[in-house]
Amino acid sequence: MKIRSQVGMVLNLDKCIGCHTCSITCKNVWTSREGVEYAWFNNVETKPGVGYPKEWENQQRWKGGWMRKADGSIEPRIGGKWRVLANIFANPDLPEIDDYYEPFTFDYQHLHQAKKGEHQPTARPRSLISGQRMNKVEWGPNWEEILGTEFAKRRKDSNFDQIQADIYGEFENTFMMYLPRLCEHCLNPACVASCPSGAIYKREEDGIVLIDQDKCRGWRMCVSGCPYKKIYYNWKSGKSEKCIFCYPRIEAGQPTVCSETCVGRIRYLGVLLYDADRIEEVASSRDERDLYQRQCEIFLDPFDPEVIAQAKRDGITDNVIKAAQQSPVYKLAMDWQLALPLHPEYRTLPMVWYVPPLSPIQSAVDAGHVEHKGILPDIESLRIPVKYLANMLTAGDEAPVVQALKRMIAMREYMRGKHVDGEQRLDVLEEVGLSEAQVEDMYRYLAIANYEDRFVIPTSHRELAREAFPERGGCGFTFGNGCQGGSSDTSLFGGRKQTTTLVEVEQYDPRNSEVNHG
Amino acid sequence: MNYLHTLLFGLYPYLAGAVFLIGSLMRFDHGQYTWKTGSSQMLSAKRMRWASPLFHVGILVIFFGHLAGLLTPHWVYAPFISAGNKQIMAILVGGIAGVMCLVGGAALAYRRFTDPRVKASSSCGDNLIIVMLVAQVILGLLTIPAAMHHLDGGVMLKLADWAQAIVFFQGNAASHLEGLGLIYHIHILLGLTIVLVFPFTRLVHVWSAPLGYLGRRYQIVRRRA
Repeated sequence: MKIRSQVGMVLNLDKCIGCHTCSITCKNVWTSREGVEYAWFNNVETKPGVGYPKEWENQQRWKGGWMRKADGSIEPRIGGKWRVLANIFANPDLPEIDDYYEPFTFDYQHLHQAKKGEHQPTARPRSLISGQRMNKVEWGPNWEEILGTEFAKRRKDSNFDQIQADIYGEFENTFMMYLPRLCEHCLNPACVASCPSGAIYKREEDGIVLIDQDKCRGWRMCVSGCPYKKIYYNWKSGKSEKCIFCYPRIEAGQPTVCSETCVGRIRYLGVLLYDADRIEEVASSRDERDLYQRQCEIFLDPFDPEVIAQAKRDGITDNVIKAAQQSPVYKLAMDWQLALPLHPEYRTLPMVWYVPPLSPIQSAVDAGHVEHKGILPDIESLRIPVKYLANMLTAGDEAPVVQALKRMIAMREYMRGKHVDGEQRLDVLEEVGLSEAQVEDMYRYLAIANYEDRFVIPTSHRELAREAFPERGGCGFTFGNGCQGGSSDTSLFGGRKQTTTLVEVEQYDPRNSEVNHG
Repeated sequence: MNYLHTLLFGLYPYLAGAVFLIGSLMRFDHGQYTWKTGSSQMLSAKRMRWASPLFHVGILVIFFGHLAGLLTPHWVYAPFISAGNKQIMAILVGGIAGVMCLVGGAALAYRRFTDPRVKASSSCGDNLIIVMLVAQVILGLLTIPAAMHHLDGGVMLKLADWAQAIVFFQGNAASHLEGLGLIYHIHILLGLTIVLVFPFTRLVHVWSAPLGYLGRRYQIVRRRA
């Protein structure tokens, strides 16, 4: 057993109001630059819909994620190493800018400078890439907002797999939900595996997946490899960029920008301890519907004395273990089993999980339209098809989705009984297998959602990595190479390195934990 | 004239070579963020899908053909193949690869100068290097008709002597080129100039051909040390 820790995220879709605050704050901080105008490290999609980029979930088309071969091993769906290199001159699985959208601005100055005329002047769109006039903006980062575009187009949503989807195009049967998306910081990332330069890596201490901007050569295979299409090619710098999980904030014990600014308080950040030795075995599971359950198996109980002892042997610090014990992510995913992974069938073992949305169901319950099966309403007959959620969150296995939804309804019925009707509804708890203490905790985390409960992030121990004292008088953050004395150990020109903040790293193989310096 | 000849074909190669090596090393050490392929495929995949592989395969064959053909001393291959036959082989292989490179490169150049997105995102270096490469492959193909007049391999041996004199520091390199046609001289000069500008253009991605990918494990984890 080799224990590693990761800061994971859970999003409670039940409370997402689709306000896009997460997207905007993220954009303002990280991608308001030329070359990544079109890139949204965090975006919010209205489902059903083809999403951003178009049809990102259709892996027949984009070939993202992993594929299990006949011999039981897995390889990236874009192909083995030889095929990746054979396609390096022209990648057949690369989305074009139009699959995202052509970034645009408007000729605002025309509103000020137009000569007097018969008609009101207008600000017409202009491409931010070519600088040319665009007659019409054809697509945008959120074109399908709240059921935008025809159903015939949104019908291509891959989550409609094995669903008689056409009836959901009718007005009476229509349904929608919001899906905020960011990099999943997977345990078995396909982007890392498909990078020919080896520039993408996972950090051991917090699991954040990053692209080394110096080592990236722009072979653009990661864009295809990632099944969530959360790696963006910066057409200006010629390097790929991705969500960095706001690592400077995480290191300081602060939540990511998207989480911090979420007005609905739907995001949770917390540490999970997991067994790194079992990643490959779990990712290669025979039946893709087992992937959710098996991923849960490699998350370790942070209160287990053996786990704690082994974690310490593997260099995990006490504050990380303590954070793991208070982790809201562990509670939501493991204790209450409310949170589910996004598309586990991609075999990347994603680490941003989702609590399925309940609200449309609950309103139908209130309206009294719903059949009751026993004490709780019959969830399978409700507005968002359970199969749709299952296709999104559990590779099609409906049982975990039904359990999560039932538990949330049970929590509401129990709390309503307690606070409104003045009765203790233990029967609903029994039906879904929750204890009183658990449901009170769930209520605290889901409904009250205090800041300290939502974000339990241990500060990183930079001082253990390197003595901090020489950093005084260092260069601080800089773009370009202002502070850098060069990449090689010995300076080409005999000068002293300007900064000591560059943290040296070593790489190791998760399978045999042999360490290579480099 | 003789002075200029020595300058261009005896000394310029060392100037170009030194800039090539030192420039590459310095850029790698001090400016790796700029070290990239500069792919524009995501802006416009049209034409790129067939033109880019054609161009790259062609130019790789040409590059390794020149490397092996010019730098292998005659006595190494003499027991197996005569100079005349080697020349015919070079014309055949180089001709096919040259046409591939020309067709692909011309299409890429056309794309670079006409596609509004690619055009707008191109740097001067991007524009310069594609023009130089296409011009160079045209010059290279133009040596074939000239070579058809002397299929005995004599000219080829002279060119090889010149290249080996440069690379192995034998001195008096320029003298090997005396009496050869103008087309060879222009082709060599432009070639040396490409070597000269190499470190300052996107061509540096050639150094980073990711062959290491074949041997590496799929997952990479970095730990603070």
